[in-house]
Amino acid sequence: MEGLLLIGGIIVKIIVIILVLLLSVAYITFIERKVIGYMQSRIGPNRIGLFGLLQPIADVIKLLNKEIIFPQASNRYLFVIAPIISLGTSLAAWAVIPFDKTAVLANINAGVLFILALSSLGVYGILIAGWASNSKYAMFGALRAAAQSISYEIAMGFALIGVMMAAGSLNFQTIVKAQAGGVWHWYWLPLLPLFIVYWIAGIAETNRAPFDVAEGESELVAGFHVEYSGMTFALFFLAEYANMVLISALLAVMFLGGWLSPFQGIPYLESVFAFVPGFVWLLVKLSFFLFCYLWFRATFPRYRYDQIMRLGWKVLLPVTIVWIGVIALAVQYHLAPWFT
Amino acid sequence: MKGTLPEIRNYTFNFGPQHPAAHGVLRLILEVDGETVVSADPHIGLLHRATEKLAESKPYNHTIGYMDRLDYVSMMCNEHAYVLAIEKIVGIEPPIRAQYIRVMFDEITRILNHLLWLGAHGLDIGAMTLFLYAFREREDLLDCYEAVSGTRMHATYYRPGGVYRDLPEHMPKYKVSKWHDAKQVAEMNDNREGSLLDFIWSFTERFPQRVDEYEALLTDNRIWKQRTVGIGIIEPDQAIAMGFTGPMLRGSGVEWDLRKKQPYEVYDRLDFSIPVGVTGDCYDRYLVRVEEMRQSNHIIRQCVTWLRQNPGPVMTDNHKIAPPSRVTMKEDMEALIHHFKLMTEGYCLPEGEVYAAIEHPKGEFGVYLISDGANKPYRLKIRAAGFPHLAGLETLIKGHMISDVVAVLSSLDIVFGEVDR
Repeated sequence: MEGLLLIGGIIVKIIVIILVLLLSVAYITFIERKVIGYMQSRIGPNRIGLFGLLQPIADVIKLLNKEIIFPQASNRYLFVIAPIISLGTSLAAWAVIPFDKTAVLANINAGVLFILALSSLGVYGILIAGWASNSKYAMFGALRAAAQSISYEIAMGFALIGVMMAAGSLNFQTIVKAQAGGVWHWYWLPLLPLFIVYWIAGIAETNRAPFDVAEGESELVAGFHVEYSGMTFALFFLAEYANMVLISALLAVMFLGGWLSPFQGIPYLESVFAFVPGFVWLLVKLSFFLFCYLWFRATFPRYRYDQIMRLGWKVLLPVTIVWIGVIALAVQYHLAPWFT
Repeated sequence: MKGTLPEIRNYTFNFGPQHPAAHGVLRLILEVDGETVVSADPHIGLLHRATEKLAESKPYNHTIGYMDRLDYVSMMCNEHAYVLAIEKIVGIEPPIRAQYIRVMFDEITRILNHLLWLGAHGLDIGAMTLFLYAFREREDLLDCYEAVSGTRMHATYYRPGGVYRDLPEHMPKYKVSKWHDAKQVAEMNDNREGSLLDFIWSFTERFPQRVDEYEALLTDNRIWKQRTVGIGIIEPDQAIAMGFTGPMLRGSGVEWDLRKKQPYEVYDRLDFSIPVGVTGDCYDRYLVRVEEMRQSNHIIRQCVTWLRQNPGPVMTDNHKIAPPSRVTMKEDMEALIHHFKLMTEGYCLPEGEVYAAIEHPKGEFGVYLISDGANKPYRLKIRAAGFPHLAGLETLIKGHMISDVVAVLSSLDIVFGEVDR
C-alpha cells in the first residue's frame, strides 16, 4: 500500500513537471516570436487571441491535424522512434533538477552523471532521424549534429568536472547548497571561464543559433528533420525547446545558485525578499538564459561546421582543462570565500 | 582480393531548385567529398520566359515592362539600358531634368538592390535580423517607386526620350485604420507632408545612420568575418577574363564602373567615388556594396538638390518618339496624328545595330538591339550582369565547404529573372 502511494505520488509529480514544461515550451515559442519580432522592428503574432496569446495553441492544433508523411525509402520504425527518443531524453533529464529546497523529483547522488548520460542519448534521436529519413540533406544534418554534440559534450563534461570539484558532489541539491551566501558565492565568479564555456557549449548542444548547423536552414534546408511533418516534427521541435529550458536550468543551478535568493547576505533586502519562494528565483535566472538564447539568435550569423569544431576543440576544451587545474589548487588550499 | 575494400564515392546532391538559399530557381548539382565541394554544376533555365523573343513581336515601348521583370530587384535600371539603346539608335537625348530623374532613380534602385542583397546575404549566413532591417528601408524606397509610377515594382517609368511623368508634388499618405490610430498615423505621415523630393531627402538624411547600424551588426562581427573573409576569392585578371562586372569585379580591386568610365546621363556632373576591394573575397564584396549604398545616397542628395532648383520638361519634344501631351492633342491636329500613330503602331527605328550598357547594381547590364527599320526589334539581346557571375560559381567555390556555397552564391547577387531571361 505504501509502495503504491509512493509510486502514485511520483507519477503525479512527473505529470505536473511534464505538463508545466510542455506548456512553458509552447509559450517559449510564442515569446521567441514576439521577442525576436520586436528586435527586428516588427510585432510578431498578434491575431489569435489577445495579443496573439493563443497562437501556440493554434499551432499545436494545426500540427496535430497534419498528415505524418513517411518517405517511401525510409525505415518506418526508426523514423518514428527518432523523435520519441529526442523528446523522451530531454524530458527525462528534468528528474534531477532541484526546483526548490525540497522540490526535486529524484534527489540522486549521481545527478550530474544522469544529465550527461541523457544529453548524450539525445544525439541518437537526431542521428537515427537523419539515417532513417534516407535523404541526403537529413544525413548531412545528422552527421553534423553527431560530430558537434560529441565534441561539445567533452567541453561540457569538463566544465561539469569543475563544478563537481568545487561542490564536492554530483548531487544537484548539494551543488546549490554549496553556493549559499549571496551573489558573490555563486559559482559563476570562481568558475567564470567554465561558466562561459558551459554556456556556449550548451547553446551548441541544443543546436541553436549561432550553432544551428545541424538544421542550418539556408544550407541544409532543415537538416535532420527535413522529412518530418506533423506531430513527428512537433516532437523534435518540443525536444529542442525543452532542451533549451533544461540547459538554462542547469546553468542557473550550477553557476547562479539555483533556487537561492540573490539577496542573501545583503542586510535589508534579504528580509524584504525572504517571502519569495525558491523556484521563483530559479525561474528568474532561467528566464534570463532563455532570453539570451533568443537574443543570440536574432544577433549572430551562423558558424560554419568546421569552425564550430575548431572552437570546441581548440578554444573551449583547453580553457576548461586549464581552469580545472586552477580549481583543483583553489579547492586544495581552501581559497576563501568559496572553498572554505 | 576482390571486393574487400568498399568503394568510397563522393556524395552528389541537388542544391535546389527548391532550396531556401538557391535565390530563386538555381539547380546546383554539388559533388562533395565530406563537406568539401569537389564540383558544382549550375543548371539554369527554370525561369526562362523568352523575354528576348517576346520583344521581337511587340512595338518597342511594350517591351519596357518586360525589362522590369528581368532583374526584379532593380527594375528601373533594366529599363534604363533598354531606353538608352533606343535613344542611341534614334540619336535623341532626353531633357536634362529627365536625366537627373533617371540618375536619381537608378541610385534609389541601387540602394534597393543592395539592401535586398545585404538582407539575403545575411539571411544565408544566418544573420536573420538584418533581412528585416533592410526591408524597413526598402519600404520607403518602394514608396518612391509607387509615388512616381503608381506601382511598387514593375514601374515602366523610363520611356525613350525621358521619363513617363514629372515627380509628384504630393506623397500618398497613410490613413487611420483598425491597426493604427490617428496619433500613430500622424507619426507615420510625418515625412510625407511635402513632395516626393522632400520624402527622398528625409530618407537620405537618416539612411547613413541605418547603414552604420547594419555595419555594427556585421562588419566587425567575428563570426561574420570567419564566414566571409577568404571565401570565394577571385583574382583581378581572372575576374576580368570571366566577364565579371560590378561589385564582383570591384571587390577584386579593379576600378571599373561604367558611371565613371563611360558616363551616361549626368553621371559626369556628379560627385561620387568607386569603392574597390583588395582580396576579392566575399567580405570585400560585402564592403564594396555597403560603401556603394553610401555613395548612392550621396548621389541621390545631389540629384534632389538639383531637381528642386531646376524645373523643366521631363520628356523630349520629338513627337515621333514620345507622345505629345493630352492638352495639345485636343486642339492640334498634328499632335493628334502623332498620338494616334504612337498608340497604334508605335515608332520605327532606323536600320542598324546598337549596344547600350549601364552600371546596373549587379554589374554591366547591356542591351544589344538590331533594328531592320520596323516598329519591332529584329533581335534583342540582353547582357545580364549575373550570367557570367553564375558561370564563375564553380571557380569560386571549389575546395570550399557546403556552408560556403551558400555564402559565395549569395555574394554573387544573383537573380534568376535576369540570368534565365
